[in-house]
Amino acid sequence: MERKVVFAKPEALTDAPTHYCPGCTHGVVHRLIAEVIDKLGIREITIGIAPVGCAVLAYNYFNLDVAEAAHGRAPAMATGLKRVQPDKVVFTYQGDGDLAAIGTAEIVHAASRGENITTIFINNAVYGMTGGQMAPTTLPGQVTTSTPFGRDVKIAGYPLRVAELIATTSGAAYVVRRMVTKPATIASAKKAIKLAFQAQRAELGFSLVEILSSCPTNWGLNPREALEWVEENMAAYYPLGDYKVIDEVKSLK
Amino acid sequence: MAKGTILIDEDRCKGCELCTTVCPFGLVHIANHFNAKGYRPSTLVDPEGKCTGCTLCARICPDVAITVYREGV
Amino acid sequence: MAKILMKGNEAIAEAAIRAGCQAYFGYPITPQTELLEYMSRRMVELGRVFLQAESELSAINMVYGAACAGARVMTSTSSPGFSLMQEGISYIVCSEVPAVVINVMRGGPGLGNIQPAQGDYFQMTKGGGHGDYNVIVLAPTTLQEAIDLTILAFDLADKYRSLVTIIADGMIGQIMEPVELPEIEPPQRPEQPWALTGAKGREKNIITSLYLGGLPLEKVNLRLQETLEEIKGNEVRYAEYMLEGAEIVVVAYGTAGRIAQTAIKEAREEGIPAGLFRPITMFPFPYDRLDEVAKGVEHLLVFELNAGQMLEDVHLATRDRLPIHFYGKMGGVVPSPAEVLAEIEKIASPQRGER
Repeated sequence: MERKVVFAKPEALTDAPTHYCPGCTHGVVHRLIAEVIDKLGIREITIGIAPVGCAVLAYNYFNLDVAEAAHGRAPAMATGLKRVQPDKVVFTYQGDGDLAAIGTAEIVHAASRGENITTIFINNAVYGMTGGQMAPTTLPGQVTTSTPFGRDVKIAGYPLRVAELIATTSGAAYVVRRMVTKPATIASAKKAIKLAFQAQRAELGFSLVEILSSCPTNWGLNPREALEWVEENMAAYYPLGDYKVIDEVKSLK
Repeated sequence: MAKGTILIDEDRCKGCELCTTVCPFGLVHIANHFNAKGYRPSTLVDPEGKCTGCTLCARICPDVAITVYREGV
Repeated sequence: MAKILMKGNEAIAEAAIRAGCQAYFGYPITPQTELLEYMSRRMVELGRVFLQAESELSAINMVYGAACAGARVMTSTSSPGFSLMQEGISYIVCSEVPAVVINVMRGGPGLGNIQPAQGDYFQMTKGGGHGDYNVIVLAPTTLQEAIDLTILAFDLADKYRSLVTIIADGMIGQIMEPVELPEIEPPQRPEQPWALTGAKGREKNIITSLYLGGLPLEKVNLRLQETLEEIKGNEVRYAEYMLEGAEIVVVAYGTAGRIAQTAIKEAREEGIPAGLFRPITMFPFPYDRLDEVAKGVEHLLVFELNAGQMLEDVHLATRDRLPIHFYGKMGGVVPSPAEVLAEIEKIASPQRGER
């Protein structure tokens, strides 16, 4: 009997083990992006932009050209990279602090310009790297190291719904929200990532896939509980769905 | 049913246990020993050869620690 | 070559285009805006990249991105915008990618005003953003010099894989003068094996300014300092005017240098032995040459459109071995040559009295 490999590390990932905590879904999303890049055969023309935050070292994990941006500025940097070499595929990988707080202007305007780039947005409702402070996406009542009594919306305001916000921009071609909690949702997230990259390849405009992710360490939950928390609490505030899919993207399917 | 097996790269595994939650046959368990990083890695316990190589464990693994094989062509 | 009449901001823009600038990212701010407007038309006509960003923060990070791809890229701004760009400049310098930034300075601090000023001298020559770094700073006095230095800026950025700035001011940005625009061959640029162009047939490239652990970052810093030493050795530039027999030497740059030159001419006509030392590279500052010049003279008069910033470098250059006088105007107030002449006369009068 012959043995055939049916699942292995994609070529677009390096061999480097990640520094992420056990059960952190950054690793899952990295792999999905790499699988899509392999599938589309675009590894040699793709340039990634790593954010500031836990994924700051993503450049060590993607086996392709990668730049490391200043906090929140990945969409601006991606704009520069893409405008001078429009034949390349450029994507940013950004967390919620990076994209939805300090980088709000950059992401909104990149989307609004219809910048032909792809953003993979990791929403885990917390600042991971700095040790679990409130993020713009922290849920009402959620305890973090900077909302020790729970997020009081009267003081700290309300969580920002990014996919909904970006979907209002005319330049956006494809804006969806997914999660990576079990094999079925992971498969759905991968399809979305693939479509986002395909939209860019077809020069249809800005694409963003928001992915509800877990942060077991800073949430004080084990990895399994953390994924349940994503499904029960995060998906309730941040409904999964397709927020903007222009007709040209639909026909890519 | 297809016959399969998995190979877990113990040194990549961080013992998060997510793979143990998705195996349809409950074949993936946490080992009693520790890897070089100090985690107890997951391990395949499949004396009856039930693994079909369905890849679910590998798809939820955040550390790309699992390679999946299927037998037969 | 025929001379044509141009506005400063437009002359700098056209010079950048002739230097082969492939991409421009900017944000409107007075008194620099005509530069952006000029680019918005010409770059598009030439099929190059022009983009008006949503802020100076974004503009400099777009520059950073394009620079990572190995493009000849620039932005332009004025003082408050230059402050916003400090973040990106620090990252660009640490990442060792080439880029050009034009600062058409205005009065500050704060929103200040839109008059010409030189209040950004410290910010431009001493680093400006966080961390240990300097950037090359070129100070034009005339529009012709602004053109020549803009072209030079791109070559220096390539040569040292760093960021090069032009320290201009509202006067240089806004005045009109006859200029000659050189016809330039497509630039001969160094190979860029580091550029992010897709990992095709080679190992992947990473451009980052993150170096975790003390030793790796120290190594980067040592390399950056080594480059700065090389720059100090190769790139010091200055101009001298009527230094022969000068007893009073005015030290001034940019628009102040131009005003001083007129004042010195008038002083000479009055029989006052005055001369001008005008640094062209504010970084690297011409410490050694100024020290030599100062050895043969009685007084230095530092004249700036600020509270006395280059003044500190003049003190450093001469170690206070002679009297150093200062005349400065802040807040966008630009003195006339007559006012500078009056300062020269004040210094000269006791000396003349002794004769």
